[in-house]
Amino acid sequence: MIRLEKVCKSFGHITVLRDVSLEVQKGEVVCVIGPSGAGKSTMLRCINHLEALDSGTIYIEGQPVYRYMKDGRLVIDREKRIEQIRSQVGMVFQAFNLFPHFTALENIMVSPLHVLREPIAELRPRALALMAKVGLSDKVDAYPHELSGGQQQRVAIARALAMRPKCMLFDEVTSALDPELVGDVLRVMRALATDGMTMIVVTHEMGFAREVADRVVFMDDGAIVEEGPPNQIFTRPNNERTSQFLRSVLQRREELGEGTLPSAPAT
Amino acid sequence: MLSRIAALFDFEGSIEYLPDLLQGALVSVELTICVMVIGLIFGLIIALMRLSRSRLLRLLSTTYVECIRGTPCLLQLFYIYFVLPAFGIRFDPFMAGVIGLAVNYSAYLSEVYRAGILAVPRGQLEASQALGMSRRLMMRLIILPQAIRVVVPPLGNYFISLFKDTSLVSIVTVKELMFTGQIIAATNFQYFTIFTIIGIIYLTLSYPSSLFVSYLERRMKVGYRRSSSRLVKGATVAGRVG
Repeated sequence: MIRLEKVCKSFGHITVLRDVSLEVQKGEVVCVIGPSGAGKSTMLRCINHLEALDSGTIYIEGQPVYRYMKDGRLVIDREKRIEQIRSQVGMVFQAFNLFPHFTALENIMVSPLHVLREPIAELRPRALALMAKVGLSDKVDAYPHELSGGQQQRVAIARALAMRPKCMLFDEVTSALDPELVGDVLRVMRALATDGMTMIVVTHEMGFAREVADRVVFMDDGAIVEEGPPNQIFTRPNNERTSQFLRSVLQRREELGEGTLPSAPAT
Repeated sequence: MLSRIAALFDFEGSIEYLPDLLQGALVSVELTICVMVIGLIFGLIIALMRLSRSRLLRLLSTTYVECIRGTPCLLQLFYIYFVLPAFGIRFDPFMAGVIGLAVNYSAYLSEVYRAGILAVPRGQLEASQALGMSRRLMMRLIILPQAIRVVVPPLGNYFISLFKDTSLVSIVTVKELMFTGQIIAATNFQYFTIFTIIGIIYLTLSYPSSLFVSYLERRMKVGYRRSSSRLVKGATVAGRVG
């Protein structure tokens, strides 16, 4: 479904991604964990071309996209194709990024209406159903500033789903939320995973990763250090850096007295 | 003292030439409206050019803005009214005045628009892009509607200062308020009376407009503060935990 091949990216002198290769199968849920600055978000943003890669190739459904070699020549995709690919890859951001001048329902409808040119008669019931799916049927006409962070984030998920994406990217979607609001958002994501959505989830929620992920990827310093089934990564990681990271997360959780609650993200 | 000032004021005469002055004021208002409409349209076009990805458009628009901002408005008016006819381009005074001020104001207003567009948070751009919107759609549906609320107050201020700046076009013999006053004063030497009346007319027309602008300003701010406080709150939470 999505394949990254030796993706490199740097901002000025700082290398953020070094030779990152990753393959995600259709219907698979991959959670990406690791310390801040490990390049997790950048990797995600490269997948829908919010950041351009320096080298390497990204394949979506087997097709190389954005910038790739073809017959020995460098091909750079046209804007139209990039937009088309993006419309099939849903993304949810840490800061929600809802459109403040639209109501919740309008936020969901704006893109299918104008990008996919879906008739409003079909779109409206579908958007209402999505609002119901994220548990916000009563907030259809609310503006983003009238919603709590957790509600905004659920609208943002519905907005991405409205494009009928083939896969979803989640970029630390619960990190900006008050702890008591995290659960509702995770519940929606869990339901999505159960429905068979292909998901790449950058997260600090170890509990969620452990429970929902088919595979966990640990990144540090711009590279994938280790990947495997959650049970293996969380109980007997092969790499010293992985266990060190998990230890520090666990330790912080204990310091906060949160026991086994899947919240405290590492700094 | 007060009675001496009052004695200087030519009440009887003023009734005689008040209609002329009001006629001049009407021309000033017409100028303001014409220039503002043109300036708002061209200012937006220039702002979009300055933010475009085409190097040529950027170069053209930046040169335009810098040239206009770097020279006095009076000089531009002189150019249009006195120099262009030498090349066979002739305008009547009113047209020359409108064009001169519109050229000037579109440059300044474009900067206001540009600042407003750049003030829209980056996350809004990214969210639109991630949803597959083209740049054009994003501008029209997401960026401009949000930029407008930022630019309305400064645009309002420019509107008020434009009304006063229309007095500049008296130099190219447009019979607006200022020039009408000068003509009358040149015949009867009632400078005190005439320029006082002119001042009062400018003030009575500007003041309600500035009240209206600050009303708009308050309204825009309320909505913005409410929505942005959430973002700020979100950011601090993120900063604390992540």
